[in-house]
Formats: sequence, structure tokens, C-alpha cells
Amino acid sequence: MGFKIIGSSVNRLDAVSKVTGKAKYTNDFFEREMLCGKVLRSPYAHAVIKAIDVSEAKALPGVIAVFTSQDLPKLKYATAGHPWSIDPKHRDIEDRMILTDKARYVGDSVAAVVAQDEIIAKEALKLIKVDYEVLPHVLDPEKALEKGAPIIHEERPNNIVNDFGNEYGDYEKDFMNAQHIMEGVYDTSIVQHCHIETQTAYAYIDTDDRIVIVSSTQIPHIARRVVGQALGLSWGKIRVIKPHIGGGFGNKQEVIIEPLVAAMTIFSHGLPVRYTMTREECFISSRTRHAIKFSLKTALTKDNKLQAIHVLGISNTGSYASHGHSIIMSATSKFRPLYNFKSFKIEPKTVYTNLPAAGAMRAYGVPQMIFALESHIDDICRKLDLDPIEFRKQNLVSVGHEDPISHVVVRSIGLSECIDKGKELIKWEQKRANYKEQTGDKRRGLGMACFSYFSGTHPVSLEVAGARIILNQDGSVQLQVGATEIGQGADTAFAQMVAEVLGISIDMVHVISTQDTDITPFDTGAYASRQTYITGAAVKKAALEVKNKILTIASRKIGLQIDALDINDATIIEKKLGKEICSLGEIAMEAFYDRTHSHPITSDTSVNIRTNAIAYGVTFVEVEVDMKTGVIEVIEIYNVHDSGTIINHKAALGQVHGGVSMGLGYALSEKLMFDEKTGRPLNNNLLDYKLQTIMDTPKIGVDFVETYEETGSFGQKSLGENPTISPAPAVRNAVLDATGVSFNKLPLNPQTVFEKFKTEGLL
Amino acid sequence: MNEMKKINLIVNDKTYQLEVDIRESLLDVLRNRLHFTGVKEGCSVGECGACTVLIDGVPTSSCIYLAVFADGKKIRTIEGLEKDGKLSKVQQNFIDEGAIQCGFCTPGIVMTTTALVESGNKFTDEEIKREISGHFCRCTGYQKIFDAVKKSLDDK
Repeated sequence: MGFKIIGSSVNRLDAVSKVTGKAKYTNDFFEREMLCGKVLRSPYAHAVIKAIDVSEAKALPGVIAVFTSQDLPKLKYATAGHPWSIDPKHRDIEDRMILTDKARYVGDSVAAVVAQDEIIAKEALKLIKVDYEVLPHVLDPEKALEKGAPIIHEERPNNIVNDFGNEYGDYEKDFMNAQHIMEGVYDTSIVQHCHIETQTAYAYIDTDDRIVIVSSTQIPHIARRVVGQALGLSWGKIRVIKPHIGGGFGNKQEVIIEPLVAAMTIFSHGLPVRYTMTREECFISSRTRHAIKFSLKTALTKDNKLQAIHVLGISNTGSYASHGHSIIMSATSKFRPLYNFKSFKIEPKTVYTNLPAAGAMRAYGVPQMIFALESHIDDICRKLDLDPIEFRKQNLVSVGHEDPISHVVVRSIGLSECIDKGKELIKWEQKRANYKEQTGDKRRGLGMACFSYFSGTHPVSLEVAGARIILNQDGSVQLQVGATEIGQGADTAFAQMVAEVLGISIDMVHVISTQDTDITPFDTGAYASRQTYITGAAVKKAALEVKNKILTIASRKIGLQIDALDINDATIIEKKLGKEICSLGEIAMEAFYDRTHSHPITSDTSVNIRTNAIAYGVTFVEVEVDMKTGVIEVIEIYNVHDSGTIINHKAALGQVHGGVSMGLGYALSEKLMFDEKTGRPLNNNLLDYKLQTIMDTPKIGVDFVETYEETGSFGQKSLGENPTISPAPAVRNAVLDATGVSFNKLPLNPQTVFEKFKTEGLL
Repeated sequence: MNEMKKINLIVNDKTYQLEVDIRESLLDVLRNRLHFTGVKEGCSVGECGACTVLIDGVPTSSCIYLAVFADGKKIRTIEGLEKDGKLSKVQQNFIDEGAIQCGFCTPGIVMTTTALVESGNKFTDEEIKREISGHFCRCTGYQKIFDAVKKSLDDK
């Protein structure tokens, strides 16, 4: 589209500050007499707290405060980072208090301590005496649904958080008339975000009697609201500041510790209190990814067209609803603009168990769904002896496809081209032919998997975004947005957008990266891969407004119409002749200092986006399976994405690399494990939880098919979460190709693979 | 229990005389007492590598290294790499290769890379990976980190 700065690989704006150690994260700020907060956590998966004696803990020298649920307002609130809904029917489930009076998982927050330092705070925790009445617990969601299962929340005695689904078309008839009906069950495990900076925040009460919270959050404006709700305080009494953050991946799209740290300062006479989760706490007491078991049934016509799908899903949300049913609803909505099903019936259930609460994690339920669907598609092709690529291509939706429930319209789709590119990159035909009929100890195979994903949350949630631009005297600008930079590179992308519209260089755009709810324009934050698409629209709107104001002054000065003018290289030009008229700085100076017309140029605007843009992509992978040990090695992997216009290629590559790596961990090694008998976590640390290291990560190939999405402010669609979605089913399908064995549960770690080979008689 | 000890820490060529609790980690002293906040804390138990500093040239997890052990030793942190307002080559390579995202693991990996470069040794690709494998990064998938390390070693 003839962009100058959009699409170029400018370096991240915050790169220098990060590589010099100068970038300040939450724990890099110090206040005099900063106190330390700690939490007493339940050792039982399910227990009523009959009594708590905190007297000895309180008496320990250096302890400032000890408090329990008894000392807090009896307010239940929801922690999910969704925009508030004025309609009560559309709100998140309010099932949690800052500290609990009943332990629902091992690690539940029972009491809090504030002390002079960490050592004293830890000592104080040991002095708190809790009388627990231990209850039977349940970890398996299917068992939680059985009659007589332990009741986790009194308000929902059947342990079902929610079970509404969707239905469209003549589903019964399509199954009756089907040529083939295929069925499969696909299951995933609990994994964790593992951002390197754990959840951390500190809070104090300022001299205006307001609670100031500095937090590692993706959603400062939502955090402010939830703290108000959790403590029964007026929302304006709370100020949330978000500095640099050390990764989030959805785990900081939830208000987990801010209400607690606010309570800590309230109980400490407003002194500053810091609470940082240990890594072990972070694994179990922040959030995890939902394990979801999908049972799929599909109907095919005689010419092998996918006709109907029945999706039964059980989502294990653990001890609290958190994002609750939204996760499986996202999963079962976002796959629909992929294949052209004429009818569907979706029956999802989100179920409480006595496990850590699951929440938002990169791609929000979709990796679970696409693992099921794309594994199922390969199972179908294998059974019917169809080419998995051709079969997919024949069933893809096309431009104009409208989802019958969400009414989201596909306006651009480059998936077929993505598939062609991936196929070529991995040399599909040649290698598939070579790898037929292998019998050795090491067998190779190829697999692929496609996905569709949304850009933002419309039409489920509000999509409001704010942007503010201030023109300086030299023609440079400040940009402020409410959406947060969390490492994904959003600020750099926004700066490119401003520079593009205003005809200035990137170094003339100063992005104020810190969000402060007192100052920052309203925006709901970083999630749902929404920023470049949603906030990007606000940024463009603000930049256009500033441009228009600049050209209005230029027009007044020169006499030419606004339409005849433009800005290029920070110079006002006559568009048609390309003739330079004056510098942007001169116009800015007039805007500031003209004795008659002075009116400094700013823009403070917002957008409410009511479209969505469907992004697509594919993973192609080659694996080598060691038949004797069950070790799977990824030989080659390529992700090809249709995310519309790529704003910054270098940053986009980084997003894809990181997402694929996370997807490979999901496929091959990561699993948070619990002891069935006690509900205790078995590997909530970075040694035993098998996060991918540089040794485990293969070279990741990346390519893009740049469609132009008309609803994107620069033709862009989502990218941030997308790369995480399809690696796991692609790996699974490659293992199927190599060995003939269908693995229908993640991860495919050596033990699982070895055991399965044994039961299949391969060993 | 609450025993204090006087130590000399030489951080980025400057000597600091401190009285530290013998239980304090080098990480806590660097961050909380001396405000070298470029040294990051990711796990506190030596698993993630974010707190890596060079102690007498050796990359070390400062979270599991007691401050008293560092008495008299030369410590280098990310804050000491810039010379005369100019980034080190390793730092510049991390920027140019796009090896930085959230940035939380960056200082530790830059310090380990600096030690590799200064060792004067040659490393195969596999050896580079082994040397960096003590650092977790959840953002980058290590691709650009590997490129930045390799470029730094080739740059010499």
C-alpha cells in the first residue's frame, strides 16, 4: 500500500533501556521503609477453615500486620481482565475474595502478613495457627460432574461454572445424510505461562488518601476497577501504574495480587508494601492454561466435504472461575472461520475442580481446540486415505464467509497461500514420499496444522481504545495509549503508525510507555491480540487529527487548501508538485506562540471498534521419533502467517519465534502435575516443569502472506498469540506420519510416547 | 542468627564497603542496597538465569551466591557494560538482531555472552547453545538470542 515506515524493521523503542538494565520494572522502584507482604497458603486441596489464630504472628517483632478473610469486607469479586459490563448478565462470575474462608486448592490464600522484611514475614507465617477441617477433593473434571462429588462452591453445587453453547443449521439431518461420520477424543494438559518476572506489585496510600498500586499488569485500567470492587472502594480512589513488565502471556490479564497488596497497605497505615510471588507460588497461585478434553464428531459428504461438527468439551477451570467459560467459548468460536461447516452443535462445560485456577493464556483456549480439530482432520484423512493438505484446502472458508452466530465476516484470507509456502519450505511431497514404510529405530515424519484466530474480542466484549498525541515545538510528538507494552513490541508498532501518518521519522515519536490510570487514556489493555488492530485504530485516528490540525495552520499560512498539502520528512509540502513549503517545526511554533491564533496541537481520542478481522496461519513440521526411547526431535519447523499487513517485520518474527517455542513446549514437554491423593503440585518450579531451553528449541522458520484487511487501520490483523496455536497438532500429526500412532493427549513427552508404543505393540 | 559482616564489593570497578546480613544473597545486596536493578530476579533459586552477574569473570546466579562470598571479588553487572556512553558490541548486537522482547532475561544473557566473548574461545553452534542453556526466555524462542550471541562471537 506504499507505506514508508509501516512494514519496516525499526528497532524496538525500549531496546536500549532494556539492554543497559535501565528499564524499570515494578521491583526496580524503591520507597523508604518498604514493607514486605507474604501469604499463608493452604496445604490442603479442599478444607474449611474453622479457626485461625494469628496472635503469635502479630506479636513477632517486626510484624506490622496480619489479617485473614475475617478482617476484610465480605465482597466476592471476579478477577478476569475483561471490560466491565453494564449488563449484569454478561459479567464474570464473582466467586472469590482477597483471602478465603475455605481452601479450594493447595495454595489457596488463607492469611496475609506484612513485616519489615522478608525473613520476618516468613517467620510470621509459621506462627499462624489454622484449624482446618479437611474435605474430600476432586481433581478430575469428569469426576467433579458425578453425583456426590465434593461441592467446591456452594453457589454451584453441580460444580458447573457454565455450560451454554451454540447450535446452527440442520445438524441432525447433516449427520443422518453423512457419507462418513468420524469421531475422536483429544485432551490437553495444564501448562503455565512462565513469564520470567513473577506476579509483583507494591502499594501505598498517598497524601490525598488514595491507594497507589505499581503493578506488573497487562490491564491497568481493569486492575483499578477490580481493586475498587474487591475492597468496596470508589474506583477513583485507586491509581494503578504499570511500568515495564517481564512478560505476561495472559497471566497478567487478570487482577490477581493488586487487591491483596492494596489490603496490605490499608492494614499497614498506608505504608508502602511490596508483594512478589515466589516462582513456586506463581506456578499455582497465579493462573494456568485450562486442560480441555474435546470429543469431536464430524459428518462428511460423499465428496469429502466437511458438513457438520459436534463438539463436546470439558474445560477444567480449577478452583475459581477466573476467565471461566469464556475460554472454551473462545476456543469453540475462533475455529469456526476455518472450515466451511454447514451446521454445528457445540456443547461446552466449564467445571470447577480442586486445582489451581486456570485463566487466560496466549490464544485463550484456541490451542486446545485446534489441537483437537487438526488432529481429528488428520485422523479423518488417514482413515479415508485422503491427502491432508488437499482435504483442508477443499474445505477452507472463503472471503465473504460470515459466522452464523457471531456474524464476524471473513474479509481477507491468505491461508491457502500460507499452506503453499509452508509446503514448499519443508519440501512436503519429496519427504512424505521418502518417509513411507519406515521400520528403523529412528523414524521421520511430516505434519501440518492450520488455525484461524480473531483480532480482539468483538462481538463478545467491548473494544474501546484511547490514544493521545501532543505535538512539541520541534515537530516531534508524544504518544500515549492505554494499551500496554508487555514485551510484544506494541509501543514500537504504534510509533511507526504515528510516524507514517504524520510524515515524520520514528525518532520524532516519543511513546510514553508507562501507563498510569490517572493520566493514561482509557483502554482495556493488552490481550486477545487486540493492540495493533484495535488500539492501532485509535492511534491512527489521533494521528490523523493532529495532521489535520497541522495542515490547517499550514493552509492558513500559505493559502493553499488543506487537501493540496501533505507532510513528508517533517516538512510541509505541496502534494502535487512535491514542493517543500516550510518545516513542520515552523508550524508547531506558530501553534504554540502565534499571538493571534495560538492553540497548541493535541489530540485525545478513542475508538469503539465493532469489527473483527480473522487472522490465519499454518505450521509445517518434520520430526524424528526415537522408537526405543520415545524422544521426539523436531528437525524442521515453519510457521506461515496471514496477519494482514505486517507492521514491523523484525518484531513480527520475534512474536512468531516465541509463540512457536511455547507451542513446542506444549507439544513435547510442558505439564504441570499434581498428586492425585493430596492435590499437591509436583513440579511447580523451573527445574521440574520442563520449559523449553535453548537446547530444546530447533531453528524456527517464519514466513508471512500479507493480505490487506480493509477493517485494519493499516490493513493489519492479529499476530501476537497466533503462533502458539498450531505447532502442537502439527507435531502430533508428524508423529502419526512417522509411526502410524495417534497421540490424542498432550504433551508427547518421552514417557508418554514410550508407554504408548508399548501398548501399541511397537516395543 | 542476625549476624552482620563487613565486606568489600567491587562492582563495575568501584569499591563499596558494606555491612551485610550473612544470610543475604549477592542479588539482594546488589539490588536492594546498591540499586543495581538491571540484575533481575526470576526464581530466587538458581533455575532461570535472570540474575546472572560475572564474578571474577565467571557467569554466576547471584540469587544463590551469598553476598559474604563475594567479599573482595570483582563483580560485573549489566550497568557496567556501557563505556563512555557507548554500548558494548554484545549489547548492540542484541538490539540489532531483535533479541529483546520483554527484556527481563536480557541482562543475564548479555552478561553470559560477554563472558563468552571475553574468554577468547571459539564455540560451535551446539556449544553456544549449551553455554546459554542456563537462561530461560519465554518471549523469543531463543532464535534471535542465538543469532546475537553468534554475531558477538564472530565480531571479535
